[in-house]
Amino acid sequence: MAYSEKLLDHYENPRNVGSFDKNDPTVATGMVGAPACGDVMKLQLKISDEGIIEDAKFKTYGCGSAIASSSLVTEWVKGKSLDEAGAISNRDISEELALPPVKIHCSILAEDAIKAAIEDYKAK
Amino acid sequence: MNYFELFALPVSFDIDTGDLKAKYLELQRHVHPDNFANATERERLLAVQKAAQINDGFDVLKHIDSRAQHILSINGIELAHETQTLKDPMFLMQQMELRETLEDIPSASDPEQALMDFQSEVDGYIKSINRLFSSLFQQADQVSFEKAGDEVRKLKFMLKLSQEAVALEDKLFDF
Repeated sequence: MAYSEKLLDHYENPRNVGSFDKNDPTVATGMVGAPACGDVMKLQLKISDEGIIEDAKFKTYGCGSAIASSSLVTEWVKGKSLDEAGAISNRDISEELALPPVKIHCSILAEDAIKAAIEDYKAK
Repeated sequence: MNYFELFALPVSFDIDTGDLKAKYLELQRHVHPDNFANATERERLLAVQKAAQINDGFDVLKHIDSRAQHILSINGIELAHETQTLKDPMFLMQQMELRETLEDIPSASDPEQALMDFQSEVDGYIKSINRLFSSLFQQADQVSFEKAGDEVRKLKFMLKLSQEAVALEDKLFDF
């Protein structure tokens, strides 16, 4: 199976790997898992008083497509408002990385991680 | 396809695996190519298909995750191709921590011991899900089936961890 260059680049040089302090009130944490493959993904967003995402970090245990999807998402959300970030769909992610059909669930995981982080922030 | 029927076993989570194995061998004997040496092309083909079905059924019933999933499927709850994500924060937090523990094992002072501890911890979680399946499938009502479905999803993460631990063992100790 041929993977796209963008996907390989994100997999080989993942951006923004790491963690923020989850108890920091400006940090939103989204955690999701895919039962189909046992992958787990943690996405954290650092949010300004104005509701803009200033920084993002992720930690993903899973296949290359899951790592690439979360890496891409951390780049995309920076500078966006929560509403804008919440509008990112799995289709945007899978198209950008040209994910093969069997790996679409990785992009769903990344979309759901953003949504879970936004919910966490609203709950705080 | 109800594999319990194929193996003439009651639809139950608590099957005797020795029984299953015996039934499997018996069924495979019936469809063995030797019995079809003088058969028609069509009969041979059917026997080959049946043998494949018996193999599939044995695989499904042998493992606790696929057996539980099969019972749910017989009861109209289909988990096989779901792409829904799991969002239980407590469970995922534990998964993250277990993954981090596993990741740190190669740099532990005694990696062999650390890996053994890790494997027995994960085995403990798998065993407790196994016990839960037993009681949930005995209750056999809609609520229990829904709960069993959640446990199947969690079990998959645990089995994945267990696989990763075995892969690390191979890598570290070169078995």
